[in-house]
Amino acid sequence: MEHNDINHAKKVVFKGLILLGIITILEVLIALFGNGHLIEGVRLSKWIMYPLMIGLSLYKAYFIIYEFMHMKYELKGLRYSVLLPMFLLVWAVIAFFNEGNNWKHNRQVIQERNQIGLEEMHTPPPPAATHGEEGKPEGEH
Amino acid sequence: MDSVAVHSSVAENDQDMWEGAKEPFKASYGKLMMWYFLVSDAFTFAGFLIAYGTLKFSVPTWPLPDFVFSSLPGGIHHAPLIFVTIMTFVLIASSVTMVRAVQEGQRENKNGVVFWMGMTILGGLAFLGCQAWEWTTLIAGENMTVTTNPFGSHVVDGVYLDDEHGHPYEASIPAESFHAGETYLIHKDHETEEWIRRRYQTADGHVGIQEFGPKAFGALFFFITGFHGFHVFSGVLFLLIIMLNAASGLYAARKNGYEMVEKIGLYWHFVDLVWVFVFLAYYLL
Repeated sequence: MEHNDINHAKKVVFKGLILLGIITILEVLIALFGNGHLIEGVRLSKWIMYPLMIGLSLYKAYFIIYEFMHMKYELKGLRYSVLLPMFLLVWAVIAFFNEGNNWKHNRQVIQERNQIGLEEMHTPPPPAATHGEEGKPEGEH
Repeated sequence: MDSVAVHSSVAENDQDMWEGAKEPFKASYGKLMMWYFLVSDAFTFAGFLIAYGTLKFSVPTWPLPDFVFSSLPGGIHHAPLIFVTIMTFVLIASSVTMVRAVQEGQRENKNGVVFWMGMTILGGLAFLGCQAWEWTTLIAGENMTVTTNPFGSHVVDGVYLDDEHGHPYEASIPAESFHAGETYLIHKDHETEEWIRRRYQTADGHVGIQEFGPKAFGALFFFITGFHGFHVFSGVLFLLIIMLNAASGLYAARKNGYEMVEKIGLYWHFVDLVWVFVFLAYYLL
């Protein structure tokens, strides 16, 4: 088998060390540059930073699994039985992050309602029963 | 099921049998089960990391990692993400030495296996040492615990009314300003042990006081990096045991290309693999 040849094997190891090291430095540089630590006032949009960093991390994961863990040399069946279940996580990520977003939304709604309740408590009851916009300026809370 | 150990001394093609049947995927029982254990472990870690993401999505602000993780040993501050980058390199290096150990095992080179496993153990210990320092800085230096997160974030722009010691600014001194999204650390007074929460005024005139950050940040930091660190710790123990076994000639007698080293290698690479995602979720995003 090819991967038993020691010179080839050492090459894989060297390549892995350099590759993983460079990708890690790249990721950190993106994070530092994007957050304005390298050049004063220059920032990157999260829509550029995040896909780049996620992509690079996924490549690192692929390299570790396929080269270091020798998944490349295993039979198709073993490969699929280990890797396919991982795709279940894609839906878990989508569903839970969406749920998290909804919690935030609900918290905001509750906060706004509490605000309205507080303002009504601080407002003296109007002579006529007119509900709605009292137009009281924001007091101390 | 100790078929691997039992059969190894018998005829050679018996080794490829599981209880008499042909082995699935041309992999030994131990190796295949290691893969499936790693699948289950991956789901556990995924559960933690997805919980982290969900909670991060559920609150308006979240501490910025490049502010929180910016200390270096020797009292250096404002070095964002440098220390965790070093930690990552240490773990990658130990993964690479593990690959070398497995390769030497396949060549039936006992001394090579023992040497490279020793290097891997050193890498694992160095990583644990780094993590111990990181935790100590956060717990003893910055007062972050499972229940308290002193790293809060500003929602709008404004200026501070109090200085860093909690006293109102004198008229002659220009007040420090801040921007929306910036993270701050609430310090403790060294003598009274009380939190110093600075008052501030926002651009629209609203006066507020520094709030603590989301608790989930601290709690999940200690749980996730702790769970990963525990994997590293138990990995070091297993590596040590298997290195001693290899040195004693136990695996050389089995003549199966040091398969046990390959199995612990899978586990060790998995620990590195998980760190890739912990690093991504906690320190980069």
